[in-house]
Amino acid sequence: MSEIRNYTLNFGPQHPAAHGVLRLILEMDGEVVERADPHVGLLHRGTEKLAETKHYLQSLPYMDRLDYVSMMSNEHAFCMALEKMLDIEVPERAQYIRVMFDEITRILNHLMWLGAHALDVGAMAVFLYAFRDREDLMDCYEAVSGARLHAAYYRPGGVYRDLPEQMPKFATEASKYHSEKEFEALNEPRQGSLLDFIEDFTERFPTNIDEFETLLTNNRIWKQRLVGIGVVSPERALQTGMTGPMLRGSGIEWDLRKKQPYEVYDKLDFDIPVGTEGDSYDRYLVRVEEMRQSNRIIKQCVQWLRENPGPVMAENHKVTPPKRTEMKEGMEQLIHHFKLFSEGFTVPEGEAYAAVEHPKGEFGIYMVSDGANKPYRMKIRAPGFAHLSAFDEMVRGHMLADVVAIIGTQDIVFGEVDR
Amino acid sequence: MSDYYAQLAEKLQSTLQGKIVNVEQGNGEVTVIVTPENLIDVSTILRDDEKFRCEQLIDVCGVDYSEYQGSMRPDERFAVVYHLLSVGLNHRIRVRTFAAGEMPMVPSVVDIWSSANWFEREAFDMFGIVFDGHPDLRRILTDYGFIGHPFRKDFPISGHVEMRYDEEKRRVIYEPVSIDPRDQIPKVIRDDHRYMVAEVEKVK
Repeated sequence: MSEIRNYTLNFGPQHPAAHGVLRLILEMDGEVVERADPHVGLLHRGTEKLAETKHYLQSLPYMDRLDYVSMMSNEHAFCMALEKMLDIEVPERAQYIRVMFDEITRILNHLMWLGAHALDVGAMAVFLYAFRDREDLMDCYEAVSGARLHAAYYRPGGVYRDLPEQMPKFATEASKYHSEKEFEALNEPRQGSLLDFIEDFTERFPTNIDEFETLLTNNRIWKQRLVGIGVVSPERALQTGMTGPMLRGSGIEWDLRKKQPYEVYDKLDFDIPVGTEGDSYDRYLVRVEEMRQSNRIIKQCVQWLRENPGPVMAENHKVTPPKRTEMKEGMEQLIHHFKLFSEGFTVPEGEAYAAVEHPKGEFGIYMVSDGANKPYRMKIRAPGFAHLSAFDEMVRGHMLADVVAIIGTQDIVFGEVDR
Repeated sequence: MSDYYAQLAEKLQSTLQGKIVNVEQGNGEVTVIVTPENLIDVSTILRDDEKFRCEQLIDVCGVDYSEYQGSMRPDERFAVVYHLLSVGLNHRIRVRTFAAGEMPMVPSVVDIWSSANWFEREAFDMFGIVFDGHPDLRRILTDYGFIGHPFRKDFPISGHVEMRYDEEKRRVIYEPVSIDPRDQIPKVIRDDHRYMVAEVEKVK
C-alpha cells in the first residue's frame, strides 16, 4: 500500500474559482489544507505611483479600475480625501446622488459576489439571475456617465452632471436578436427619467432578492458548503484588519455609514445586518440583507432627489470646471477651464485620510500633498488586501473544496488587492 | 468632531509624555510622531489603554520624502505611517515614524496587530523599509526576482526592464527599457493663496 504524504499544490493563477489572478501555494495533508500561501501582485499596475505623476483629476479614472465591480465607491473615497484637503463643501443634491449611486454600486457588487460565489460552490442559475439585475443597474451607470463600468462620474466638489431627464431606450424596430415585442417590454420601464427607472427597479428588486433566497438560503447543498466554513471570531476579525461584511459577519456592529457618517447617510433610515457565528453562511446572509437595505436607501434618495433640484457641483472654479455654456462666453471661465485641465489644481500642503464604507469593507485614500498639482504620495487602503492576508488563517484545517468557498466568501477582486 | 480630536490629542500628549516626539492635528485628524525605538511601546499603549483602544490597524503606508518640496520636509528620507481605528471608541489615530538611511529599519508591529503582516511586506517591497522582527518579510506585489523598490522616488515610472517573448530563444526575456521617461504634467506649486480667497468668499 502506498503511503500518503504531504504535498504542495499550486492553485491558480489561471483558475476560474481564483476570481482573477490569485496564485495559491497550498500545503496539503491528503485533502486537508495545512498552510496556504497566497501569491498576489499579478495584477499590480502601480496605481499609487502613477497617481504621483499625474494631476489629481487625471488619477480619478484610475480609481474605477481598482475594484472594478464597485467603481463609484472607489471614486468616492478619492473625492472625499481631496475635498477634505481643499476644504470644499459638496452641494446637498450631489451628496444625495453620490449616496444613491454608492448604494447602486453596493447592489452591483453584491450581485456579482453572489453570482460568482454560488457558481464556485456549484449553483449555475444564480449567476444568470444576478446578471439580469446587474444589467439594469449598469444601464443607470451608462445613463448618468456614458460608461457602463468605468464611470469617472464623481468629481472633487460634486458629481460630473445632473441626472438625465430621459432614460435611454432600446431600438423600436425588430432586430436579428429581439422582436418588436421584446423591445417594447424592455422599454416599458424606460419611458420616464432616470429616477423613474431607478424607482421601478427598487420596486422590482426585493422580489428578485426573494428569488435568490429561495434558490440558496435553505438549500441543503448551499448550507452544507457554507455553514461552519471559514469561521472568524470577532477578536481575530479585528486583529486581522477585517472590515465591512467580513467584520459584521463575525458579529461586530461596525459600519462607517452609521458610525462615522459621511455625505447624507445620517439623514437616511437603514439598518446594519450583523452575523452571529462568523462563518461563510452568516456573511452570505449579511450581504443579502445589505442588498435589501441598499434598496431602502435608494428609495429614500429617489424621493429626495425628485423634490429638490439644485446644483450638483461646488461653485469654486479653482477646483471644479465652469459650466460649458459659461466657458464659451466668459474669458475668466475659459482660463479656469484651461488651467484646470492642463495644470490641474494645487492642493494645500498636508495630509488626509478619507474612508468610505465600500461594498467590500473600508476603502480609504491616504493622501500626502506638498502643495503641488500632483499628490506627493497616495496610498490606497483596499479592504480585499487585509482580507486576503487572513486567508491562511481561515483555510487551515479545511478541505480543498472549501478553499474555493472561502475565496468566494471573502469577495476578493484583484483590481484592488494588487492595485 | 474636531473638538473630540483636540481632546484626544491632549490625552495622547499627556499619556505618552516622554515616549513621543510630537502630536499633530490637521484636517480633523490626529497624528502621533514617534521614534522607531519607542514604536512598540507606544503601539501597545494605543491598543491596550482604555482611553485609546485601537483594536484595528487599518493600514501601513511607506512614504519616501526625498523629493518633498513643502515646508514640512523632514530630515529623514523614509517614513512609515500607521492608521489605527478604534471600533469601541469610534476614533482614528495616525502614527508616524521616520527612518533614516538607505537601509531604513523600523520594528515590526505584527505581534500587536496581525494585519500588519502583509502591509509591512508591501512597504518593504515598495520602499525597501526593513521591519525588524517580521516573521516572513518577502516581496509581495512585485514579480518573482524583481530588483529595486519601485515606489522610491528615484525609481523611474517606466521601470528598469521590459519583457518580451523572444522567437529565437523561445522564451520570455528581460531587456533594459527602450522608452525615455518624460514628465507630461510638470509639477507646479502655487503660493498665491488661491484657497484663502475662496474662504473669504465663503464668509461673505
